[in-house]
Amino acid sequence: MTVDFDRVELSEVSRHFGRRRAVTRVSIAVSRGDILGLLGPNGAGKSTLIAMLSTLVVPSSGRILYGRQSASDGGAALRSRIGLLAHELHLYPELSARHNLEFFARLYGLDPGRVVPAALESASLSDRADDAVAGFSRGMRQRLGLERALLHNPRLVLFDEPFTGLDDRSVNVVADRLKHLASAGTIVVVATHDLDLAEGLVTRVAVVRDGKLICDEPASKGLRSQYRALVGHA
Amino acid sequence: MRKAFLPLLVLTGAMFAYAPVMIAGAPYESTMLLVQKIFYFHVPSWFAMFTGVFVAGLAGVWFLARTDERGDRVAVSASEIALMFGAMGLTSGPIWAKRAWGVAWQWDAKLTIALLLELIFVAYLLLRKYGGAGSEKLAAAVALFGMAVVPFVYYAVNIWRTIHPSNSVVPSLEPGMFGPFWFCVMTFMLFFLVLLALRVRVERLRTDLDELYRAEES
Amino acid sequence: MFLRTALLVLKKDVSVEVKSLEIVFTTLFFAISCVLIFSFALVGPDGEAIDKAMVPSAILWIAVAFAGVLGLGRAFERERYGETLKALLLAPAPRPAIYVGKLLGILLLLFMTELVLVPTIAFVFDAPLFDRVLLLAGLLVAGNIGFAAVGTLFAAMLVRSGSREIMLPILLYPITIPVLIAGVRGTSALLSADPSVPAATMWLSVLLSFDVVFVTLALWTFEPLMTE
Repeated sequence: MTVDFDRVELSEVSRHFGRRRAVTRVSIAVSRGDILGLLGPNGAGKSTLIAMLSTLVVPSSGRILYGRQSASDGGAALRSRIGLLAHELHLYPELSARHNLEFFARLYGLDPGRVVPAALESASLSDRADDAVAGFSRGMRQRLGLERALLHNPRLVLFDEPFTGLDDRSVNVVADRLKHLASAGTIVVVATHDLDLAEGLVTRVAVVRDGKLICDEPASKGLRSQYRALVGHA
Repeated sequence: MRKAFLPLLVLTGAMFAYAPVMIAGAPYESTMLLVQKIFYFHVPSWFAMFTGVFVAGLAGVWFLARTDERGDRVAVSASEIALMFGAMGLTSGPIWAKRAWGVAWQWDAKLTIALLLELIFVAYLLLRKYGGAGSEKLAAAVALFGMAVVPFVYYAVNIWRTIHPSNSVVPSLEPGMFGPFWFCVMTFMLFFLVLLALRVRVERLRTDLDELYRAEES
Repeated sequence: MFLRTALLVLKKDVSVEVKSLEIVFTTLFFAISCVLIFSFALVGPDGEAIDKAMVPSAILWIAVAFAGVLGLGRAFERERYGETLKALLLAPAPRPAIYVGKLLGILLLLFMTELVLVPTIAFVFDAPLFDRVLLLAGLLVAGNIGFAAVGTLFAAMLVRSGSREIMLPILLYPITIPVLIAGVRGTSALLSADPSVPAATMWLSVLLSFDVVFVTLALWTFEPLMTE
C-alpha cells in the first residue's frame, strides 16, 4: 500500500503544555500544489502546528490525516514523505556541507552520489562543499538546510521561518524553489511572520493568533491590509 | 474508590487508635525489651514503601505504554508517599539499630536498597520539578528502572554476612507478637491506600484545573 | 568599583537562585550521589574502609563512572545544538536504531578511555591489573554496557525535554550502583592477595544479566520516550 497522499487535513487539533494552550481546535486542509502560509505574530502557535504536522509532536486532541492515514498508521514510511526545515536548521556544525548532506542522504536510504552534488549545486555551495558548516554564514546555512530538507523529495514540505537571515537574492531563490515545488505537486506549508515575503508566494493564507485559527482563505492582493484587518496590528 | 474512601478512612483511624493497645499488650522481646517495639512501626513502613515503589514503577509502565495520564498521576502520588514511608523507615531503623546493636548504619542488602530507592525517587521528584516540559515520561522511566534495579542490588550486596535481622525473623516471632505485627502492617497498608487515594485526587484536581484554565477563553 | 560590580553579580545570582533553589537542590543531590559512588566503591561489607590492595579497582570504576557521564553529556550536547536530534527522529529510520548507534559510540569512547586508564592505574598503584587481562576486559566491557545502556537513554531524553545536564548524574548514579558494586568487587577479586577467578566470574555474570535486562528495557522505552 502506498504511503503517498494528496491532502493533509487537521481536524479540531489542539495542543497544550501544562497550563499553556499552544494550539486550540484548529482545522485546516491543504492539498497538492498549495502553498499554505501560516501567518501570525510570535507565540501564536505556528511552530507548534508545524511540529505536529511533522509528526514529532502529538496533538493533545483532534486528528491529523495524511490522505487517509494518521501519523501512527503511517509510521516510518510516512516520515519519509515529510521534509522539515525549522529555525535551528538541523545541521552538524563540525561536519562539512558535503558530509552533512551525505549523512542525511544515507539516513533516508538514498544514494549520496546521486543526490548530494545536485543539492550542493542548488544551494550554490559547491565550492564550499568541504568546509565545516560552523564557518558558514546564516544565509549559507539556511540554503544548505533547505537542500537537506528536500533531499528525499518529500510530498509534504514544512518550513518554519525559512527566510530568516537571507539576503534579497537568496530570498528570491528560495521563493522560486517553493513555487517550483508546489507546481510539481508538493504540499508546501510555510510559517512566517514576514508578510512582505509571504505576499506573492503563498496561494492560501491561514492566520493564527493565540493558538486559534482566525481565517483560512485564498491569498489575495494586499496581504498586509488583509492581515492587519484580522489581527488588529501590523 | 470514592464510595469506599470514607469507610476506609474511618477504619484506618480506628486501627491507628487501637494499635498502641495491641503493641503494649505484646510480649517483650528477650534481649531488646522496649526498644524492640519500634519494630511495629519500622517494618510496616518498609512494607508501605516497597508497595509504593512497585505501584510507581508499574504506573510508569502504564503511562509509557498507553500514554494514559492516569498512570502518570498514580506514579507521582505513589512516589511521594513511598518517599515519606521510606524516610520513616530510614529514621526509625538507625534509632533502633543504635540502641539494639550499637551501630546505626550498615551497608547490607536491605539498608542499601532502601537508601538507593529513596535516592532514586528523590531524583524522580527533582526531575519532575526542574526538568523541562516533557519530563513526565523520563520520570516514569526512572521509576520503572528503579523498580527493576532492586533485585540486582539485593543480589549484589547480599553476598556477605549481614547483622540486619534476616528475613526469617518474621516467622520466628513469638506467638504473642504475630497479632500486633500483622495488625500494624494492615494499618500501614490501609494508611498507604488512604494517602494514595487522596494524593491521586489532588493530582486529578490539578490537571482538571489546568484544563479549565485552558478552556476559559474559548 | 571592582568590589561593587562583584557584589552586584553575586546579588543577582542569589536572587535568581532563591526563587526556585534549583541549583542548590540539584548540586546538593549530585554531591550526595557522588558520596554514594565513593562509599560503594571504597567501603567493605562490614563498614570499614577496604584494604589498600583494593584501592586501584575502586579508582578505576569511579573514573569510568565520571568519564562516562561526561562523555554522555558531550555526545548528546552535539544533538542539542542545531536540534539535529529532531532531524534524526524525523528520518524514516527505526528509532531504536538511533539509540543503538549512540550507545555504540559511547562504548567506543569508554573503551578508548580505559585503554589509557588501566595502564595508568596499574602503574601508579603498582597493581597487577594485567594478570588476567581477559577477565578484566570482560568485566570492563560488561560494566560499560550496563552503564551506557541506561545513560544513553536518559541523556537522549534529557536533550529532548531540554533539561539541564546535571540531571544526568543524579538520575544515572543511583540506578547504576549494581554495575559499580559488581565491577569493583569483580576487579578486586582479581587484584587481591589471593586472586579468585570464580569470584570474578560470578561478578561478571551479575554484570551480564544487568546488561541483558536493562538494554532490553531501554530499547523498549526509547520509542515512547522520544515521542512528545
